[in-house]
Amino acid sequence: MTTLQEPLVQTAGVVEHERKAPGGFYKWITSVDHKVIGKNYMYTALTFMFIAGAMALLIRTQLFNPDGHVVSLQTYNELFTIHGSMMLYLFAGPFAFGGFANFIIPLQIGAPDMAFPRLNNLSYWLYLLGGVTMLFGFFTASGAAAFGWVAYAPLSSAPYSPGPGPDLWIVSIALVGFSGIFTAVNLVTTIFYLRAPGMTMFRMPLFSWSMLVTGILILIAFPVLTAALVLLYADRHYGAHFFSVAGGGVPVMWQNLFWFFGHPEVYILALPFFGIISELIPVFSRKPIFGYKGMVFATLAIAGLSTGVWAHHMFTTGTVLLPFFSALSLLIAVPTGIKVFTWIATMWGGQIRFNTSMLFAVGFIFAFVMGGITGVMLASPPIDFYTHDTYFVVAHFHQVLIGTTIFAGFAGIYYWYPKLTGRFLHEGLGKWNFWVTFIGFWITFMPQYLLGLRGMPRRIAIYSPTDGFTFLNRMSTVGSYMMGIGMFLFLLNFIISWRRPRPAGDNPWDGFTLEWATSSPPPAHNFHSLPAIRSARPTWDMNHPEHADAVPAVTGGDESAQ
Amino acid sequence: MRNESRVYLGIGSFFVLILVIYFVWSRESTGSVLLLASAGLGLLPGLYIGWWSRRMQQRPEDVDEVAPRDITGVVGQFPENTIFPFTLGVGAWLVGLAFVFGLWFAIIGLGFVFGAAIGATLESKRASLSERENRV
Ligand code: HEM
Ligand SMILES: [Cu+2]
Repeated sequence: MTTLQEPLVQTAGVVEHERKAPGGFYKWITSVDHKVIGKNYMYTALTFMFIAGAMALLIRTQLFNPDGHVVSLQTYNELFTIHGSMMLYLFAGPFAFGGFANFIIPLQIGAPDMAFPRLNNLSYWLYLLGGVTMLFGFFTASGAAAFGWVAYAPLSSAPYSPGPGPDLWIVSIALVGFSGIFTAVNLVTTIFYLRAPGMTMFRMPLFSWSMLVTGILILIAFPVLTAALVLLYADRHYGAHFFSVAGGGVPVMWQNLFWFFGHPEVYILALPFFGIISELIPVFSRKPIFGYKGMVFATLAIAGLSTGVWAHHMFTTGTVLLPFFSALSLLIAVPTGIKVFTWIATMWGGQIRFNTSMLFAVGFIFAFVMGGITGVMLASPPIDFYTHDTYFVVAHFHQVLIGTTIFAGFAGIYYWYPKLTGRFLHEGLGKWNFWVTFIGFWITFMPQYLLGLRGMPRRIAIYSPTDGFTFLNRMSTVGSYMMGIGMFLFLLNFIISWRRPRPAGDNPWDGFTLEWATSSPPPAHNFHSLPAIRSARPTWDMNHPEHADAVPAVTGGDESAQ
Repeated sequence: MRNESRVYLGIGSFFVLILVIYFVWSRESTGSVLLLASAGLGLLPGLYIGWWSRRMQQRPEDVDEVAPRDITGVVGQFPENTIFPFTLGVGAWLVGLAFVFGLWFAIIGLGFVFGAAIGATLESKRASLSERENRV
């Protein structure tokens, strides 16, 4: 362990280029630096999140009163479709694997950049242009797509959803899908081939592991969606009959194809955020993660299982093998439970610092456990028959999704913002940001469980005053406004940090992983020098040589090395 | 490299298992085909990487105790700034829009795509000529 004191590996061959680097707008468009692209991704994804969030508030406003008149029925359908599609395709995924992963992965594994920098840049443009295309639908005469983010046949067929809106939706998601596939190829290649010397697979930070597995899941799931979209387009325009009964097609096949993408997709949205939590809970508890290898295998198990459970979204179609899908869905709770247990065990007895980032992380655990429990309930067909397509399901997936993408995502933002920009976000305002959002979150979604149990279907624009839904809906709407205010506080925090920067230094949290060993923001090609990598916590080892022996033995590394 | 291939092989074999159970039990075709494809997606790269890992030397990133040494490889091989991914992206986008607004979009789009392909290729060639060992 003596090598730790003279740890600096010189990075050879870093050619400081003589040509003057372009600045401003041109740099933003042309840079292939993963840090620039990663930030572009984050800003774009957050922008989409705010747009889709505004739609959500409009939806909730419509539901405040029974027989609401805020928007027309058709507009309502368009709103929830584009809200869901934007949040899932344009915000949650790209935010994680385009934004966080792009910026953080090369830093964490000690790489100078992504494996294919130009492809990375192309991914971003496909994402941005494809994403904006989805919004075009609102400017066409017949309106945007209105068949939900799942686009079930036959509703999505040409007779029921005419006009260019649905086609724009299809093209948009196809482009964004390609962008995701390219990013996944890039991530997996980077993680496999560009790690720093000594960074064996089993020394990789858990965030990098999560992203590797997410990348593989993307490669499995996204092409299925793209193919299904091609079939759907052919049905709509070329007279094919893949999904229409009239020509001998099978509408349920769309559901099979879609959910074969769709369920892995929800874990594509969850795993990166699990990774974020697995990074910052140990740091803010000043303890190594409890059971590193267990976490890695839990991640892999989730990836495997999540591809075998797609039809738990189709229980009520009557065409699926109930025991198989129910059993596998219940099994997913095991690795997921291992993760939750590990986070709690890591916090247990640690010196916890409850700053904003950690607050969001703990908030995530609460939200996710609640959503996970109802997920397990839904995985049992008798309960699902009763609650399918009701607000119970809406509450379930919003709790898991907001738990991951918003709470864990913001935990990640507050944690890595100093690395991204060299500045702090304001802690006090950050705590307000957390509490307002968190309380609003429970007020919004707990009533929705009750609404679902009372039989309120999802995707309806109006209900009758005699249904007994009014009070709970009003509560939910008030909660959603609170969440809106919480999000606004984040925006405020962000603006303040630009107006009155508070410099953060290179390693403000006493972090464990390599990204904290370089400057903030990192230089071109990321590192001037690297610490020696002897464990999963190289930066900690370098800064705390006296405690470096506390590094657990689980960091054994590649067996084939012996 | 061994562990990299194991990641893929592990996932791929799991899909084989699921596929067998699912197919025997349900005889449902869509899901079985998709699981088969996923199994292939896991096994093919897994076997390929595993095959290579037996034939190549240990990489520094696979070794537990590497002496501090130079990081291998060239940094800065790709151009730092390039307009062609953007051009290609716009081209692909226009081709996409052609499916909604009509064929003429695709004609413009393909122009962008080919322009980007040629531009990026020439750019790479210039970049590789700027490496000393590639100069004649
Ligand atoms: C413990 C693990 C989980 C189980 C067992 C589970 C189970 C289920 C089931 C059975 C449904 C279908 C309900 C119905 O339509 O009748 C469902 C819906 C959904 N779940 Fe989960 N879930 C789990 C975790 C997650 C996670 C982690 C996410 C995302 C981060 C998620 C996102 C969704 C979404 C988006 C839907 C609704 C899709 C739609 O119909 O629009 N779930 N879940
Ligand atoms: Cu699911």
